[in-house]
Amino acid sequence: MEIKILGSGCANCKKLEANAREAIAEMGIDASITKVEDIKEVMKYGVMRTPGFVIDEKVKSYGKVLSAAEIKKLIQAQD
Amino acid sequence: MFTWTQNLADWLIYSVFNIAKDSKLGSALNFFVYDTIKIFILLFLIIYAITFIRSFFPPEKTRKILANKKGHTFLAHILAALLGIVTPFCSCSAVPLFIGFVEAGIPLGVTFSYLVAAPMVNEVALGLLYSLFGLKIALIYIASGEIIAIISGLILGKLGLEKYVEGYVYEIEIDNDGLEIPIPTLNERLRDAWVFTLDLIKKIWIYVVIGIAIGGFMHGWIPKDALAKYAGKNNPFAVLVAVLFGIPLYSNAAGVIPLVSELTRAGVAMGTALAFMMAVTALSIPEMILLRKVLKPKLLVIFVTIVGCGIIFTGYMFNFIIS
Repeated sequence: MEIKILGSGCANCKKLEANAREAIAEMGIDASITKVEDIKEVMKYGVMRTPGFVIDEKVKSYGKVLSAAEIKKLIQAQD
Repeated sequence: MFTWTQNLADWLIYSVFNIAKDSKLGSALNFFVYDTIKIFILLFLIIYAITFIRSFFPPEKTRKILANKKGHTFLAHILAALLGIVTPFCSCSAVPLFIGFVEAGIPLGVTFSYLVAAPMVNEVALGLLYSLFGLKIALIYIASGEIIAIISGLILGKLGLEKYVEGYVYEIEIDNDGLEIPIPTLNERLRDAWVFTLDLIKKIWIYVVIGIAIGGFMHGWIPKDALAKYAGKNNPFAVLVAVLFGIPLYSNAAGVIPLVSELTRAGVAMGTALAFMMAVTALSIPEMILLRKVLKPKLLVIFVTIVGCGIIFTGYMFNFIIS
């Protein structure tokens, strides 16, 4: 599973990344987390509010710092 | 609503700490305790209510509405300025928002009407102004912010400045097909609003406390009307100086408002104090650094100049209206 965090390095993006790492660590699954900071790349996903949260190239949430619990739910819904 | 806060502050400062009631220190500390409790209670209520309301106006919706109004320039400017009040706008989203609007074919001038209105008519400031100074001041604040946004957007649109937007903005192609706009349930809206409120207060509390501390100092040591000579209505340069002074300063609106009330008590004209607040909140160096990513320096300077002139103009207008 490939998770991407979209955002230009603001505080909320870092928080979201930390929550995502916490979620996958607790679930013990094999997933990569990449941060997409280049604004051109971020915009390709059509997101106007950062941070954006992407699983396998699909935008799952944006403009919001998801909690670790919310991220777990999104990952589970994926399977 | 806040009599108990005053009683609490009186008891704490005059009885517990035993500081003389008419001393400068006592009056300053009393102001600090009273205002801190009161402003934070108001902030919680206002931010929570506003965040909930705003969850119904996401930028994606705003963009759609504005993109459909392409032929109606003036109407689009008014709409953009109005949506600037309700559409959530975090400064770290300024760049993606700008690109998203331009990409959707929204004219540059209309985009600017939105970009000016969003920080200028700050909804937290609006709520605080209403609670502390009454409806009239709140309405003047909102009306002047909207008018500045509409007019500066119209002017910027007429100047044909598209070439001063960074080139890559026009090259980005948004692949929007995969994007679903989630519609939150009522419960999610309420919970998200709560999370956001806590987050925002965590972010701005220090500005608020500093603002109240300076206000408290003024309350104790600067006598009533002491500044009237320098910044009262009779000094024609007061507004100009207040705005130039306010632009490089950066604070959240919630941090400036406790100062506004103290500045007016010390004799600064209301319009001058409000112009100062708008300059501090609407034009700031962090925001300019962000906007620089999409605007070439020349356009950034034009943007700041037009908004700055707008604020100066409303400062004078306020002073003229309120007597």
